[in-house]
Amino acid sequence: MIILTDQNFEAEVLKSDLPVLVDFWAPWCGPCQMAGPIIEELAAEYAGKVKVGKINIDENTQTPMKYGVMSIPTVMLFRAGQEVGKEVGFAGKEGYLKLITNS
Amino acid sequence: MYDLIILGLGPAGLAASIYASRYRIKHLAVGELPGGTLTVIPQVENYPGFQKISGLALTKRLVDQAKSLGGEIKVASLAAIGRQGQTFQVKTKTGETLTAKTLIMATGMERRKLGVPGEVKYLGAGVSYCATCDAAFFKGKTVAVAGGSNAAVMSVLHLVEFAAKIYLIYRGEALRAEPIWIERVLANPKVEVVYQTNIAEILGDGKKVTGVRLDKSYQGKEQITLDGIFVEIGGVPVIALAKPLGVALDDKGFIKVAPDMTTNVPGLFAAGDIASVFGEMQQIVVAVAEGALAALSVFQYLKGHVEKNG
Repeated sequence: MIILTDQNFEAEVLKSDLPVLVDFWAPWCGPCQMAGPIIEELAAEYAGKVKVGKINIDENTQTPMKYGVMSIPTVMLFRAGQEVGKEVGFAGKEGYLKLITNS
Repeated sequence: MYDLIILGLGPAGLAASIYASRYRIKHLAVGELPGGTLTVIPQVENYPGFQKISGLALTKRLVDQAKSLGGEIKVASLAAIGRQGQTFQVKTKTGETLTAKTLIMATGMERRKLGVPGEVKYLGAGVSYCATCDAAFFKGKTVAVAGGSNAAVMSVLHLVEFAAKIYLIYRGEALRAEPIWIERVLANPKVEVVYQTNIAEILGDGKKVTGVRLDKSYQGKEQITLDGIFVEIGGVPVIALAKPLGVALDDKGFIKVAPDMTTNVPGLFAAGDIASVFGEMQQIVVAVAEGALAALSVFQYLKGHVEKNG
């Protein structure tokens, strides 16, 4: 699990060779707190295949704005620097698995 | 096989687990979101013993308490419930099958959607169902809340901390929230209440919400320019799973329960927002009481079965 910021987003996500799953979250968001452990599980299960990171939208405002994130949790999948899929709202493990396998 | 599976991890389900542990009932509580609806409540001020506590903090306390007593909690989405002879079967979406002698249905409610054009398209792009989560995206902006009950009014009172202007758009003549909430909303200069009006369409520029179209004109206009819209128009009971068991519902779709939380199906109990007892009193204090009662009824039911069947 990588901690993403406005500063490292380009290097870690957009220039990544692996697909990257990005969890937009904030500490006050209940459903985000529940999504967190699932995202961590996926990070372990997909180690070496999918990079997984989370970005705190309270401390980093530019990246959420750039990708039009106005609701959390939002989880996006990036491939080759492009957003290829997203889940808005708590989607459960199945939802996030589908994001990885289908997009 | 478990003696009891509790379906749902909101206050009713977690309270049922706490009591089931104390009755030494071998049980599992399973659901997709620990805390359930409670997780999106910004501030709880009416749960006795806590003057003010966030929904999230109260969720953590409930989960910790249930676990510390030995309650087994599993986070999983449910696919189906069935019954074979005396045994209930619970299937998860990951393909697991769990079995139990009794069930407590505590799956609560799912959020009602407006069902208007633009709602799905702009989900997460200005359309939100969680003011607690998303208020911070609207600092200094103009937003609307659709609804007029406790949830809507609480959302408004959370949004006033962030947004510059909040319209509360309600189809009814008078707000239905607790008077203490209504007083605070009406006294706030940032809030404008639009009564007896429905949202007909959520408007956007293709990327994000830009406003709403109303079903009648308000101050001479049918559109209000907005940066975001929060939908808080109540919920519908999550009963699809329980239907195949032949459970009886009331005319509003809630599970019919006796005062001891038994249903018409032997071995099946219900508690919390999904149960019919208190109708619109969808409160944490009611949900936890019903969870506790349901656990006691399960205890008595299991004891009766042992006595009857040896």
